Amino acid sequence: MPHNAPMLVQFFRNPETVSVFKRGDWDLLLRQAQGADVLPRLSFLLREKDLLGSAPEQVMVHLDSARNLSEGYERSVKWEVNRICHALRGRDVPVILLKGAAYMLAEMPFARGRVFSDIDLLVERQKLDTAERALFLNGWLSSHLDEYDQRYYRQWMHELPPLKHMKRRSVLDVHHTILPLTASLKPDSSKLFADIVPLQDNPYIFTLSPIDMVLHSATHLFHEGEFEHGFRGLLDLDGLLRQFSAEIDDFWTVLIGRAAELDLNKPLYYALRYSHKILLTPIPSGSIEKIGDGVPKGLTAKLMDALFMRALQPYHYSCDKFGASLARWLLFVRSHYLRMPFYLLIPHLLKKAMKPKKQL
Amino acid sequence: MYADYSVEPESDFFDFHISLEKPMGVRRWVRPQVQFYVDRLTPFKPLPLDQAFPMLEWGLNWCVSTRINNQLTIHAAVVEKNGYALILPGDPGSGKSTLCAALVNSGWRLLSDELTMVSLADGRIFPLPRPVSLKNESIKVIQRFSPDAVISRISHDTSKGSVAHMRVPTEHVDRSTETAIPGWVVFPKYIAGSPLTLEPLSKGQACIRLIENSFNYSILSEKGFEAVTKVIDSSDCFDFSYSVLDDAISEFDDLAALKSGESQNAT
Repeated sequence: MPHNAPMLVQFFRNPETVSVFKRGDWDLLLRQAQGADVLPRLSFLLREKDLLGSAPEQVMVHLDSARNLSEGYERSVKWEVNRICHALRGRDVPVILLKGAAYMLAEMPFARGRVFSDIDLLVERQKLDTAERALFLNGWLSSHLDEYDQRYYRQWMHELPPLKHMKRRSVLDVHHTILPLTASLKPDSSKLFADIVPLQDNPYIFTLSPIDMVLHSATHLFHEGEFEHGFRGLLDLDGLLRQFSAEIDDFWTVLIGRAAELDLNKPLYYALRYSHKILLTPIPSGSIEKIGDGVPKGLTAKLMDALFMRALQPYHYSCDKFGASLARWLLFVRSHYLRMPFYLLIPHLLKKAMKPKKQL
Repeated sequence: MYADYSVEPESDFFDFHISLEKPMGVRRWVRPQVQFYVDRLTPFKPLPLDQAFPMLEWGLNWCVSTRINNQLTIHAAVVEKNGYALILPGDPGSGKSTLCAALVNSGWRLLSDELTMVSLADGRIFPLPRPVSLKNESIKVIQRFSPDAVISRISHDTSKGSVAHMRVPTEHVDRSTETAIPGWVVFPKYIAGSPLTLEPLSKGQACIRLIENSFNYSILSEKGFEAVTKVIDSSDCFDFSYSVLDDAISEFDDLAALKSGESQNAT
């Protein structure tokens, strides 16, 4: 595997590879990065490692464009977060930023140039109504107005229907826990809230604790149904693991213990396994074996390897191994039964299928 | 349309990997369609096969306006004379493409009929000369105005009505790396039967309207603001309405003569 890894994967393992690049190599690298939606991140990494000197002028057009795009993006996300603070000021609703917005506002170096579409927030369930009302008064409206959709989200899911700002069109996903209520894994979200960390000098906005950030990133990626952004999710995990393992004493033991406490052994197992296999994330030997119950074994483990090693590659046809589309489809089906048990899922899918499609 | 452009079979780096293909399945044969691919992804819904060429042009515009952010991109036609660029922003129906096509056939060099690319470093305009899009009545207008212009077959019933494209003169293609200094920002308006008017516009007003016509101003923010102000600083700005193409062209020729006179006096 390491020898025939796609060019983009090799790049993130070792960015120095570009120093021997020919123009044709840049062509392929940029296309794979565009497909995986990580071109700005690649651009920042090249700059940080002082490797831009080897890029031809025509390549710089795209690298500079990607950097400008993500800087503009960063500015607008920070403004949205500012507006969220404004909306919730004085309402005693601590708001926890998740994923992309959290990495950005916490200024984590690996996430420079990360682009994402929605801002994800976590709010305690009993404060959800207050938060929704305050956001509504400040222009964020619920986007799924259909009664069935509303009920689907509110009764079964772990988040409100997406809220869209009426003027700026920004989309917020407001979660109250990190997995659907109907999922088989049941992490206790009060434990997450107990450990939240304030973002520098901002009394309203928090992030999860570093350990919980890793676990949430893993949970999100390995419950995901659409893998266009799978590789990007894996890069997040790799970045989080490298950064926190260097900063936190006894990181691996604490991480594995916390996964057991939150009922998240399985996503952590996948995260460590594939981050190491694909991006060569340094993980002390024997750590993965210490993860407790619930991890796949034997044939299941082999099948999951076959699926994830395909689906987590960059989303570009040049990276697709034999069976990649089938693997993505099977994981899409899997994501649905992870989300709800069959006795709820089947009626839900029937209902969705029979509903007349809205005219756009 | 593209006969004068160089083909680079030896090149191994491309800005965009695009193709137009007939989709698989029934629609390959029954009322055939065409699909635009960027590196095998499809940003648009397929169109009737007859609209393949307009789709290529729209697709290329989409590629540039969504992926190129190392320059400020403005939705405006732009032509050049004596080194100065005449920038013509305008909403659909303002007649900017017609005006652009007529200017290109009257001694002005085409930089672009749709995308004005402003360098963030020095505010100069980078050319992107591609076939000029003509819609509905303006196809006939240009045929009449310059009978020698090479105009493509017309695709009817597109989302923008009937669409044809005008070939770019060879010399303009050959000079496609020659940048230009912004000289004028003119907001055109075609009003049937109206007399020609050219009203000076304050720099502040022109600046705001140029920003409104920009694709990536909000992304570039401060850098974008600096680029816009460079354009506005070096340009004379006008509101312009016209109904007769010949009059419009001679008005712009006068502006160009005035400017080169000024710059000669200055040296």
